[in-house]
Amino acid sequence: MGSSTAENRRKERRAQPAAIRLAHWINIPLLVIMAGSGLQILAAYPALGPRGAQYGWYPFQNDAPPSWLRIGGWLAGARHLHFAIAWFLILNAAIYLIYLVASGEWRRRIFIPRRDTANALAMLGYYLRVRKTPPPEDFYNGAQRLAYTSAILFGVVVVLSGLAIYKPVQLYWITAAFGGYDVARVVHLSCLVLLALFTAMHLMLVALHPRTIVTMLTGGQRG
Amino acid sequence: MASLITRRKLLLGLAATTALAGCDSRPASMFLAGMERWNERVDRLLFSPTRLAPQPPSSELTPEAAFPSYFISDTIPFAPDNWMLMVGGLVTRPSVFSLEQLKRMPQTSMRIRHHCVEGWSAVAEWQGVQLREIARMVGASRDAQYVEFRSFDAGYFSSWDIESSLHPQTILAYGMNGHALYPDHGAPLRLYSPVKLGYKNVKYLTEVNFLPHRSGGYWEDQGYDWYAGV
Repeated sequence: MGSSTAENRRKERRAQPAAIRLAHWINIPLLVIMAGSGLQILAAYPALGPRGAQYGWYPFQNDAPPSWLRIGGWLAGARHLHFAIAWFLILNAAIYLIYLVASGEWRRRIFIPRRDTANALAMLGYYLRVRKTPPPEDFYNGAQRLAYTSAILFGVVVVLSGLAIYKPVQLYWITAAFGGYDVARVVHLSCLVLLALFTAMHLMLVALHPRTIVTMLTGGQRG
Repeated sequence: MASLITRRKLLLGLAATTALAGCDSRPASMFLAGMERWNERVDRLLFSPTRLAPQPPSSELTPEAAFPSYFISDTIPFAPDNWMLMVGGLVTRPSVFSLEQLKRMPQTSMRIRHHCVEGWSAVAEWQGVQLREIARMVGASRDAQYVEFRSFDAGYFSSWDIESSLHPQTILAYGMNGHALYPDHGAPLRLYSPVKLGYKNVKYLTEVNFLPHRSGGYWEDQGYDWYAGV
């Protein structure tokens, strides 16, 4: 009986429930401010690796990010923005994740390797024109699930690596888990790059399927 | 010479600066000032008076030539011939210490990773005397919740919360990597601690004052966070 009411409740739910739509739109300005202020902070020391042992593999050593990508005006201004907005980013993400789990929405959104790998590969084949037709999709296809789940993962790692470089003494165990302060700084910047790549891909696909924007605004049909 | 930011960037950030000093009533700056107070509260909760910063292996020591040294004077500040450290404020025995007196006190030596507000890190060994030993000697009052550090580097100064000041790894350092401090790193005496960002660790010390109130700092007064815990 319990499962059938849960089933009914799921069927009454819109494609994009209000909680998910709200978290999605709130996330955008928060991520933009975090990225821009983060790049302004990076500009103060636009190098990777400790002093005297900078990493040789990093191609942009001592190249500051372009000023049009930065927010906050100067180092202190950007730090205040970064450490203020971070709380709201984490809060929004926490509410989203709790909702995802409590509502059961995660089942149709999170990438489950056993269920979704073949579908994701088939979708990739379709995008690469190896396959003529897209694989069947159940709400999301495997590639979508993989992309959205990766974005959540990047979000979790960007927060943890941020804490590692924010408090490397008081939260030394987080810093140590990343392999030290300067490695955590690399991870933090890498997550930004990955999130930016995700966003670029997301925007491209949304542009190809503009109706998804309407769904993310109105919630779409029930069931 | 080398400093945290250039004058041009400073002017660019002037609006944000005055805003964060609390003399601006625009909602955005009030929001940021409020969040800074919130972050300080969290920082103080995170701070442990007994947790020691991990000591990196000696293989991670930064070559001294690669360890940046910042000061605000136009040229490297040199100590006056009759240099002494004055310790005062809310203390029962205001005192003056010579470098020799400080060196005769129990020495603390620690290998520590330095964290600069700019984002770089570097490792060195620092030798000196624990500030809490000095506080005990001069009889610092319980009402002294803050400690102010002054220097002969063009008036550079900072102030700390008492808990961070009395941390066992907060020292008045006269040695770096086993030799006497060089003038570019704050000779003859500098504050050093792993629990604060670099700009809180005042070089070229002249005065240590135990105070009932916080008294700002050179970068703090321009908008950098005051607590700056690491």
